[in-house]
Amino acid sequence: MTTRIERHHYDVVVIGAGGAGLRAAIEARLAGKRTAIISKSLFGKAHTVMAEGGAAAAMGNVNSRDNWKVHFGDTMRGGKFLNNFRMAELHAKEAPERIWELETYGALFDRTKDGKISQRNFGGHEYPRLAHVGDRTGLELIRTLQQKIVSLQQEDKRKHGDYEAKIKVFSETTITELLLDGDRVAGAFGYVRESGEFLLFETPAVVLATGGVGKSYKVTSNSWEYTGDGHALALRAGATLINMEFLQFHPTGMVWPPSVKGILVTESVRGDGGVLKNSDGKRFMFDYVPDVFRHQYADTEEEADRWYTDPDNNRRPPELLPRDEVARAINSEVKAGRGTPAGGVFLDIASRLTPAEIQRKLPSMYHQFKELADVDITKVPMEVGPTCHYVMGGVEVDPDTTAAHGRVEGLFAAGEVSGGMHGSNRLGGNSLSDLLVFGKRAGEHAAAYTDSLPKRPKPAAADVEAAVSAALAPLSRENGENPYTLQQDLQAVMGDLVGIIRREAELTDALKRLQELKRRVANVSAVGGRKYNPGWHLALDLRNMLVVSECTAMAALEREESRGGHTREDFPKMSPEWRQVNLVCALDGDDVVLERKPVPKMRSELITLFKRTELSKYLTDDELAEFDALSGEAK
Amino acid sequence: MGSTRKFRVWRGDENGGDLQDFQVEVNEGEVVLDVIHRLQATQTPDLACRWNCKAGKCGSCSMEINGMPKLGCMTRMSTFTEDETVTITPLRTFPVIRDLVTDVSYNYEKARETPAFAPPAGVAPGDYRMQQVDVERSQEFRKCIECFLCQNTCHVVRDHEENKPEFSGPRYFIRAAELDMHPLDAKTDRKEYAQASMGMGYCNITKCCTEVCPEHIKITDNAIIPMKERVIDRKFDPLVWLGRKILRRDQLNGQGQGLDAPSGKPAGVTGHAKGVGPTSARLPEPPDLQEDGKLALTEITFDRPAAPSPFGEDVSFPMRGTSYVHPDRQRETSPEDEGTQAH
Repeated sequence: MTTRIERHHYDVVVIGAGGAGLRAAIEARLAGKRTAIISKSLFGKAHTVMAEGGAAAAMGNVNSRDNWKVHFGDTMRGGKFLNNFRMAELHAKEAPERIWELETYGALFDRTKDGKISQRNFGGHEYPRLAHVGDRTGLELIRTLQQKIVSLQQEDKRKHGDYEAKIKVFSETTITELLLDGDRVAGAFGYVRESGEFLLFETPAVVLATGGVGKSYKVTSNSWEYTGDGHALALRAGATLINMEFLQFHPTGMVWPPSVKGILVTESVRGDGGVLKNSDGKRFMFDYVPDVFRHQYADTEEEADRWYTDPDNNRRPPELLPRDEVARAINSEVKAGRGTPAGGVFLDIASRLTPAEIQRKLPSMYHQFKELADVDITKVPMEVGPTCHYVMGGVEVDPDTTAAHGRVEGLFAAGEVSGGMHGSNRLGGNSLSDLLVFGKRAGEHAAAYTDSLPKRPKPAAADVEAAVSAALAPLSRENGENPYTLQQDLQAVMGDLVGIIRREAELTDALKRLQELKRRVANVSAVGGRKYNPGWHLALDLRNMLVVSECTAMAALEREESRGGHTREDFPKMSPEWRQVNLVCALDGDDVVLERKPVPKMRSELITLFKRTELSKYLTDDELAEFDALSGEAK
Repeated sequence: MGSTRKFRVWRGDENGGDLQDFQVEVNEGEVVLDVIHRLQATQTPDLACRWNCKAGKCGSCSMEINGMPKLGCMTRMSTFTEDETVTITPLRTFPVIRDLVTDVSYNYEKARETPAFAPPAGVAPGDYRMQQVDVERSQEFRKCIECFLCQNTCHVVRDHEENKPEFSGPRYFIRAAELDMHPLDAKTDRKEYAQASMGMGYCNITKCCTEVCPEHIKITDNAIIPMKERVIDRKFDPLVWLGRKILRRDQLNGQGQGLDAPSGKPAGVTGHAKGVGPTSARLPEPPDLQEDGKLALTEITFDRPAAPSPFGEDVSFPMRGTSYVHPDRQRETSPEDEGTQAH
């Protein structure tokens, strides 16, 4: 083998430079570890910038009745009680600290009158809870973390004479394979986009923070990087994925013009008074309030409208139902022929606020619609529809340490790539806080893990050679298929057959087609050289997209109920029995194998935070009897 | 709905390249980046171009469209006439890697040289108190998506590789301003530092950066001018500027001091100017031709071998019509200038 490979030695390698990755890297560096950050794009361009609404944390700045217990309850409720309760608990408890910490890094959130961090209302959150900066909170978060890393590098320069002595960002670098020594993580192999040169990181600990899988879908708010790399790397390294059937379709993506189809319209448009209307001009959400939410949501327009100014004495407008409910409602309206010409519904803020208020409260929405679509949202309603936005499923992790389950040791995961925290449906605003809370934990525990090792694991030369030839294969193959065509075909299968509403026959068909695609992807070829060649990069990403899509389709076929981000037309009801089941995917050779595992049981002091009437909609009779016994004891 | 349009896209690498003609389908409502994606999917799978969010939020797809620095995702095809040829070239101020992708590491180096936020001593996390009106000034600059269009368009470094070591550029002036205006930042010498170590004195407020900013940040008016105000009388002097141009760096003192100050090594950050002295020290020379007899990229979009003076060739001194006036000369200005004064 004559290929040149650049070798690097690090204590912790963080794959992904979004919020979770950067927060993990900061923590690993603060623990004194030599840390590498692998960024698929330029530093600071991560998908986190797309998050608009805010970061949920029960600081109680706007409504002092808010606390971590209420936040925990909202998160479990939003996830339909399938969440890993411990993750939801840690998240609710630690989110405020993580937000306050950002201020010491230089973040500038919008303020309340008394100078604290302002908090806004959001779907599924009982109190105003989202720390925000206009509607560009994600950008603020990523920039703050990026600048914190720079400040740590400046410290290292003063101390060691080199900015990169302790923490280095490898931008435009993609990891294609994790390397093991036995069952221990020993390294990561990848390429630099710019030059096509190969890199080998020898490291005992890897933190996956690669985000989601949206690029397997036709209509998505996700960027090209979201190809499920971390999910696939984890699977191939022997870790497991859970809840892969749960995908969040954000209810309000732009549907016009076609070039920006999928791009998000933030939920704050609804939080600030925007309403959804069908082509008959009817505010249709009142028809779609499910029984479990009936007592929390207004049933008349008058009450809903009063809520914006007097939330204590009125119930919330149904436009603020959890995302899955709103997405399904829009889908039904469009299917019933009451959609807009472009296949969405109208989101109207123009008739609800003055132009000045809209421009002040929603500046980047105003800007986005004006520049991208030439639509003035202060004058006309927007056209919106569901877009693939977030995957709730992901790497199965230990809640406290974020260490991946399965055979592998030394692998950690945080942010969207990890699973469990959000159950079957994520509340808006919970992802920014999720990535801070678990990003920190991942960095901390990855660092601690390296200290616990008796000796450094070493990657095997044969594995490195195999990784090199796998990476070069698409370039050397002649007359193979065009990667762009293959991606379009994959997106068609996932969008049409494993989309927002699912049926058994279609899912079976999808699995067959995915097998067919697997054979075709094995024969993909890329023209051109190794230097910044997007065709080659896509050819390598396809393998990841496929295996993750297979997990999603298999789990979607297995779960015979409808819950959160998984809707089966043939099983439209939520089933208490299925609530007890996590679907866990692992890789056996090249094949995905699926296993049922029990959902961890909530501790008694947590479950008794809920009312029996609410739990009765989710739990089995046995579980309810247990609950009754518990609350009996409490009295 | 669709129509076929003419595109000219620069293709090549650091060894040079040329504009290639394409005929490509364009549909209603599309932007330039859509067309590039269609080219990749149908005609040139290896056409290199950066992009991420495709919504004007990440600042990755910066390029020059018909010579104007713009974001590909924010340039609607409806802004061109049907028979217009759309010419796309990479950012000119940064070295080409391949096709439309340039080496923007200059910006990241400058980011590292800009002193970070200094947290106030003795204020615990959670105890930060600031008023909305006070954070808003800095928030304007934190809207920056780091597309580097302002860096690209700034004539101090556009075609002046030799200024790069000393000049941080508009992106980092607004970073300095943001921290200077941060209600709780503990560092008190942001303005002086910007002047002494970031090369802010090179800026002659022509507002080109403000014009190209896709986030509409008022870079010149709201960041650079307020930053210049306090230190201006000490630092802004054309003779100092001239001295800096004609003397070797080791003959100058007081340059590049400060903890994280640029090293000032003449090699240039990107390595492009390796071994090349300042332009003023060399005889005029014709543009370099490559082996194939073609001009390199940096020469094809401009009709002269080097760019005009950093002040612009159409500017006469003293400058009029800018919103900045030297405090000492304030009383001497003629009545017709009064409407544009900063004070």
